[in-house]
Amino acid sequence: MATATSTVPRASRLPSLRRRASHWALPGFTSLAIGYLLIPIAVMILFSFNDYTGKFNFIWHGFTLNAWLHPLAWPGLGEALGTSLRIAVLSTLASTALGTLMALALTRYQFRGRGLVNGLIFLPMATPEIVLGSSLLTLFVNTALQNGVLPPGLQQLPKGTLYPLGFNTILIAHIMFNISYVVVTVRARIAGFDRHIEEAAMDLGANEWTTFWKVTFPLIFPGILAAALLAFSLSIDDFVITNFVSGTTNTFPIWTYGIIRNALPAQINVIGSIVFLSAVGLVAVSTLRTGRVPR
Amino acid sequence: MTAPAVAVSEPRHWRRRLSQAAPYILLAPGILWLVYFFVWPAVQMFLMSISSGTLDSGFRVTGSTTAYADALGKFQVQFGNSLLYGGTATILDFLIGFPVAYTVAFRGGRYKNLLLFLVIAPFFTSFLIRTISWKILLGDEGPLFGFLKNDLHILSTDFTVVGTPVSVIAGLTYNFLPFMILPLYVALEKIDPRLVEAANDLYAGRWEAFRRVTLPLAMPGVFAGSLLTFIPALGDYINAELLGSPKTRMIGNVIQARFLQQNDYPLAAALSFLLMAAILVAVIFYARALGTERLTG
Repeated sequence: MATATSTVPRASRLPSLRRRASHWALPGFTSLAIGYLLIPIAVMILFSFNDYTGKFNFIWHGFTLNAWLHPLAWPGLGEALGTSLRIAVLSTLASTALGTLMALALTRYQFRGRGLVNGLIFLPMATPEIVLGSSLLTLFVNTALQNGVLPPGLQQLPKGTLYPLGFNTILIAHIMFNISYVVVTVRARIAGFDRHIEEAAMDLGANEWTTFWKVTFPLIFPGILAAALLAFSLSIDDFVITNFVSGTTNTFPIWTYGIIRNALPAQINVIGSIVFLSAVGLVAVSTLRTGRVPR
Repeated sequence: MTAPAVAVSEPRHWRRRLSQAAPYILLAPGILWLVYFFVWPAVQMFLMSISSGTLDSGFRVTGSTTAYADALGKFQVQFGNSLLYGGTATILDFLIGFPVAYTVAFRGGRYKNLLLFLVIAPFFTSFLIRTISWKILLGDEGPLFGFLKNDLHILSTDFTVVGTPVSVIAGLTYNFLPFMILPLYVALEKIDPRLVEAANDLYAGRWEAFRRVTLPLAMPGVFAGSLLTFIPALGDYINAELLGSPKTRMIGNVIQARFLQQNDYPLAAALSFLLMAAILVAVIFYARALGTERLTG
């Protein structure tokens, strides 16, 4: 190295300065862009400690732990958070199960209608949330007005499942928009999967069932976990679709949106910080265990 | 097939049947869910858009086109705002996102995963809270402009950003930037660096190699990234609501208000349908222009 640099002729000093500038231009720009992405998160965490006056937590007044010591000290906040968590857990379980089965079908079998299925999975992700939400609202309202026909299967649902709007309808919507993301995430994991390992297990006398649970499932499990994490965070954060189908039920984002006209309590920042830090913690743990960042 | 063979292979025959049915059995629950709660609602919404009536008296499908005439006639400003803000945000995201994705893909080294994690970190915070944070940051008395106005006196006291198209576009650009970076990264990461070296060996300069080798190979990522940014930005109304003013309303604000406040379902359904149609047309044109038919990168 040292000898190499000493043989460089003097004349190249100036261009090397330019080269160094252009060498650092991209990393510098990237650092700025990532800083830009992280600024609002920093603001959120910082302002959770703000000792603000009045109702709006907009201007920095000094440090306090007040909001952290009383994180649920606003009427309706605890209930909304509970609803959000229950819906996130249930919709994650359901969509991860449905989506993983679909991903398995798409990666391990050749069958007719694959293009159609792929299209059906892609379309909900390419549709603006506002269209997804408003069309679900139309379906639910039509059910209430007994306008339009319910397809077989939905007719058999107990009365009150699709209307009035509330917990059930939010859950239905969240499972729907999560499925596609689960399929895409799990499919990406299975696609890089070496089928020879399964054949080896079968050669060693394992039947299909044993092979699946002892070999296949443990190998695709990180993908399923990543998909579940994604589904959970999409569900707990969703506002637009939920707003259309929630009726009078509050989830945390709906509650937040309702209150920010009249007040901006630091408790919103506290809950946001807790959600953020636990998600980061989960990713850190799963990265340490599997050695890769789930995507 | 001869008769004795059938008798012997009876169990195997069943297994083959089962393995032919297996993909459909695995797909069925998910497909049913999507048909019931994605396809069927879309059909219902189309029917609603050609209906007339009110929420109290009920809606009847009459084949009326009034809703479409109203939607096209009265909301050109809001459609225009959506296209302008969504388009500008997408272009800005590309200009910011491409160098970032390029750096992470080719220069990330052992920090690649950490950098990717930092790019998706905003997803772990609520969309609403991030937008509120920008409202705090860009506010008239916020840390940025309050300082420039009151302490440095660089800006005049009536300078304001929140409520203008600039802050709406800034919010959209911010919120959808990771959607641009991730697909670009995935496409760039797949490129074999030896191809660029080969171009250099064949006397292509750095710019020439980038333009003729890297960029064309990154096109699926450009396509996916711009769609993933443009589509949600076009339908968004939170940024316009929190960072804008009545003048910066986008089509999402109208759809939301018509559905949830005015209960004007046929008009709102027509607007939703037009938004969807506009997006489909954009996708098709864009796919033709970029020469890629693949929607997922």
